[in-house]
Amino acid sequence: MARVIVVTSGKGGVGKTTTSASFAAGLAQRDFKTVVVDFDVGLRNLDLIMGCERRVVYDFVNVINGEANLNQALIKDKRLNNLYILPASQTRDKEALTHEGVEAVIGELKQRFDYIVCDSPAGIEHGAHIAMYFADDALITTNPEVSSVRDSDRILGLIASRSRRAIHDEEPVQELLVLTRYSPERVERGDMLALDDVLEILGIPLLGVIPESQSVLLASNEGVPVIMNERSDAGSAYGDMVARYLGEDRPHRFLTNERKNLFQRLFKR
Amino acid sequence: MSENTAQKPEHSVLPSQRAAFELKGSLFTLTIFHLYDADIALIEQHLLEKIAQAPGFFRHAPVVIDLNSLSDPVDFTALAALLRRHQLIPVGIRHGSEDQCAAALSADLPLLPKQRTVQRTDMPAEAEAPQKSTGSLARTRVYTKPVRSGQQLHALDGDLIIIGTVSGGAEVLAAGNIHVYGSLRGRALAGAYGDTQARIFCASLEAELVSIAGNYRVLEKPRDIAKLHQAVQIYLENEHLIIRPLT
Repeated sequence: MARVIVVTSGKGGVGKTTTSASFAAGLAQRDFKTVVVDFDVGLRNLDLIMGCERRVVYDFVNVINGEANLNQALIKDKRLNNLYILPASQTRDKEALTHEGVEAVIGELKQRFDYIVCDSPAGIEHGAHIAMYFADDALITTNPEVSSVRDSDRILGLIASRSRRAIHDEEPVQELLVLTRYSPERVERGDMLALDDVLEILGIPLLGVIPESQSVLLASNEGVPVIMNERSDAGSAYGDMVARYLGEDRPHRFLTNERKNLFQRLFKR
Repeated sequence: MSENTAQKPEHSVLPSQRAAFELKGSLFTLTIFHLYDADIALIEQHLLEKIAQAPGFFRHAPVVIDLNSLSDPVDFTALAALLRRHQLIPVGIRHGSEDQCAAALSADLPLLPKQRTVQRTDMPAEAEAPQKSTGSLARTRVYTKPVRSGQQLHALDGDLIIIGTVSGGAEVLAAGNIHVYGSLRGRALAGAYGDTQARIFCASLEAELVSIAGNYRVLEKPRDIAKLHQAVQIYLENEHLIIRPLT
């Protein structure tokens, strides 16, 4: 049974696209047929993060409008066999994502894939609403600061009241927290909200903590999902996150400020 | 209590010269002052009670005196003076009898046109009956999920019980009491219809604003901050909000 996962946050710039790309790549690495769909029509970014920007011919809106079929629009990842990308249109706006059109596309994707990862745009308007509407699970991407936490709280309220599962009175959408750009050092200094504070406010289970890391920016610039850089802290944190999503029990890492001694500095980066 | 009053447009501008003014008709929403008794002292007493409930609402409000439910002669000079003293501005009367209309005109109160469908407005049966008397019969709303930022949760018939947290940016409102078995971080407004006996209870007070029967407080003063993160009850005593730890 295919599952639809929305990666959403309310606030912009918190790491939704990075999380979508790495989460989808992580599922594909474990041999699940996975597609990652860019819902950010007009502000297309996922193709850049996935490194396939030069291969976009047809897009999500073309498929909705019947100008192309799904096979023409889906881009197969060059590194991972089971990973596909459905890019957004850069020239249109969010209103192009009609309810019926998106429903039909998701329905067709569900026939062909195990996991459908929906990369939501920021905000709480139509684009974000349609991205979360069909979801079974929601990865709430949050930075450890107050405005991001409040916006995540707002999105959680909308998921609980306006998603398809809520409207049809089905089992509610599974909400999971992904805390990104976490810096234990800055938490210690009191510059950043601690994990426990965020959990207290949002009151949803924690799926993963992704440390603030140079490797994320490097990976984005190279067009490689950071999860594929297994030696990086952020990449291995995303690896843990995918494992936890699939039911494995893995302890959370990168939560404390481990000062490296000279020996560690010399032999481990 | 309000309705639109229209006047016919009139034009009195001579074509060749620049006008100092122009007359035009327009529609306004006005507050209607339904009069049930001509006793000035009684009117003043009730008026004071109303103003106490919502002091800002009545300030400089233009009002139309409606005489549909009163046939007794009215001392309009005294009534107009009373209204002005309490910062209400009488702009006219309507539905008066012949004698009442003549008395109003001599007190410089204009006559406004009749409402199209005039219903005999009867005295409210028990104007003084407090709403809390329905107590146990009023419906209680129980909500068992967290109330998220941006959500509004209302219980307009009675009490509101929330088993979960009320997030910052959320608003919970009840005609009666509000119980929050979790952290109260947003706004809570109990006694929404003016029930001064309503109370707010919460397991951890972190609210942005609390209000009972329109008496509100934002929690930013040191004496309030000292009570944060405690289980408290909040109630009205002599029109002052009291925040008291539940121990």
